[in-house]
Amino acid sequence: MLYREAGDFKTSYAEDSQTFPIVIDRVGYYVVLAIAFGVIPFLINDYWANAVFVPLLIYAIATLGLNILTGYCGQVSLGTGGFMAVGAYACYKLMTAFPELNIFFCVLLAGGVTAGVGVLFGLPSLRIKGFYLAVATLAAQFFLVWMFNKVPWFYNYSASGQINAPERTLAGIVITGPHTEAWAKYLFCLVFVVLLAWLARNLTRGNFGRQWMAIRDMDIAAEIIGVNPLKAKLSAFAVSSFFIGIAGALFFAVYLGAAEVGEAFGIQKSFLILFMVIIGGLGSIFGSFAGAAFLVLMPVILKNVLVGMLGWQTDIAAHLEFVIVGALIVTFLILEPHGLAQLWRIIKEKLRLWPFPH
Amino acid sequence: MTQDGYTTPDGRKIGSVVMEMKNITLRFGGVVAIKDISFDIREGEIRAIIGPNGAGKSSMLNVINGFYHPQEGEIWFHGARRAPMKPYEVAYQGIARTFQNIALFKGMSTLDNIMTGRLTHMKAGIVAQAIWKGAAEREETANREAVEKIIDFLEIQHIRKTPVGRLPYGLQKRVELARALAAEPKLLLLDEPMAGMNVEEKEDMSRFILDVNDEFGTTIALIEHDMGVVMDISDRVVVMDYGKKIGDGTPDEVRNNQEVIDAYLGVAHD
Repeated sequence: MLYREAGDFKTSYAEDSQTFPIVIDRVGYYVVLAIAFGVIPFLINDYWANAVFVPLLIYAIATLGLNILTGYCGQVSLGTGGFMAVGAYACYKLMTAFPELNIFFCVLLAGGVTAGVGVLFGLPSLRIKGFYLAVATLAAQFFLVWMFNKVPWFYNYSASGQINAPERTLAGIVITGPHTEAWAKYLFCLVFVVLLAWLARNLTRGNFGRQWMAIRDMDIAAEIIGVNPLKAKLSAFAVSSFFIGIAGALFFAVYLGAAEVGEAFGIQKSFLILFMVIIGGLGSIFGSFAGAAFLVLMPVILKNVLVGMLGWQTDIAAHLEFVIVGALIVTFLILEPHGLAQLWRIIKEKLRLWPFPH
Repeated sequence: MTQDGYTTPDGRKIGSVVMEMKNITLRFGGVVAIKDISFDIREGEIRAIIGPNGAGKSSMLNVINGFYHPQEGEIWFHGARRAPMKPYEVAYQGIARTFQNIALFKGMSTLDNIMTGRLTHMKAGIVAQAIWKGAAEREETANREAVEKIIDFLEIQHIRKTPVGRLPYGLQKRVELARALAAEPKLLLLDEPMAGMNVEEKEDMSRFILDVNDEFGTTIALIEHDMGVVMDISDRVVVMDYGKKIGDGTPDEVRNNQEVIDAYLGVAHD
């Protein structure tokens, strides 16, 4: 009844290929943006920022990145944690080597460095596919973590082997370091999320996105109609790593403040983000957000329900949390193997007809 | 038949040689898939390649596509000898193709599939693409217009936004033809465009092939097993058997060629 496109006629191809062709979607998008920028910063406190919003935003960036590579271009990668570490360490080196450099550019440049590293580790994808490529990227994961552990130059020869984000400001507002306000962290990450989601959408709806999907769906046919596999695969690796590098830089500099590479960017992180991509939906921008939200929010909600409402002991709840989240993931993937994005599409399809049966 | 072309019985003018295969031999280890074959394709003509299963017809198309590289022989395209090139470089030369088993991009809509076929006409870099507004959007719109013309031409407007995986077989074949046409090819290769179709779908497809040839002047080389269709729509026919060329000429000449009859009907050995 309310959600439909009837009467909404498009008169140009640009209008027809816009991101939200249905009016109510478009309005919804602006409402979400308005709340994210205009309401949440005034209400947010440390708990909400650290437990929910900041990790959600950062994981959304990483998931977008991996989704471009795995969901759109079909190249499975298990090196996400390693690439996030590259972003984090690049950001750290830039922050300490150039104290004058604006933190915004530090993060962007860290993404650029990661893009370069990603292309390097993407080279095997020209020869190997599927599970074998996953193993090759797994090597990247272990090699990068090992390198950041073993080469003291990366952590500026600090005794603990950790990296600590020094205090940096943007337009007079503290963004990194222990004195950062919750809303500043949140807004800084939000700006990157909005910017990168917009870039991802533009890339995936245009010529590059179609080339990536062509390689994913049928690589031989893609090559015969003119897709250069080298260019398509490596550009996917570059863009994906750029996103993941920015996520890593934000994760270290804004969220954690201090990081030890094995703990913050280990193999678990690669799997976590791969799960977010799969649960959210391969090849969907909305799915990247949905998947990140599912895996960030689910433990928080469970904890609040089990400890807060049912009064269980914290340690029992913490262990059961893993079991329940795991069971939810399995159940969910059996019911809807194409992820939350597909579920959302089905709901929208149904809503278009509601309340009429046909 | 002169050097500058000929006129078909139905009065179409066929031009000069577009592609010439000279003494092509292709081996896979000890197996000889194509043995010393030469033939040419002229501008504006519908050229059929026929032969029993395993005769090397699809291998021939793969050689033209740059997917296989023949051990011996030369390929001449538009009067110049073609160096060995990769398939995507061949696409940029203006050679498009459809496949025997449909090779559409299953996860994409009909429109996106056909738009992908335009990629040899798109130049916007990755930064312009990411920003979208401006160069990339203009390019997208211009190419969308070209694609819409092909969608109209092949009468697939109603399935524009449908994921191709959901389409019936006959329509998928048509979308694949649309994707190849979107490149505005100088030479269009069709690998069994009518395989697995019923009579009605075959008639539709034949009409589209003739219309493409007629309206866009596209040169077409096709492989087909349905003899009725081949003899009806093609101007000249190459017949292959066991990797060798056993006949070449107009449908009538080929039909009366003893070697061709033997290959198709079998011959008594005593």
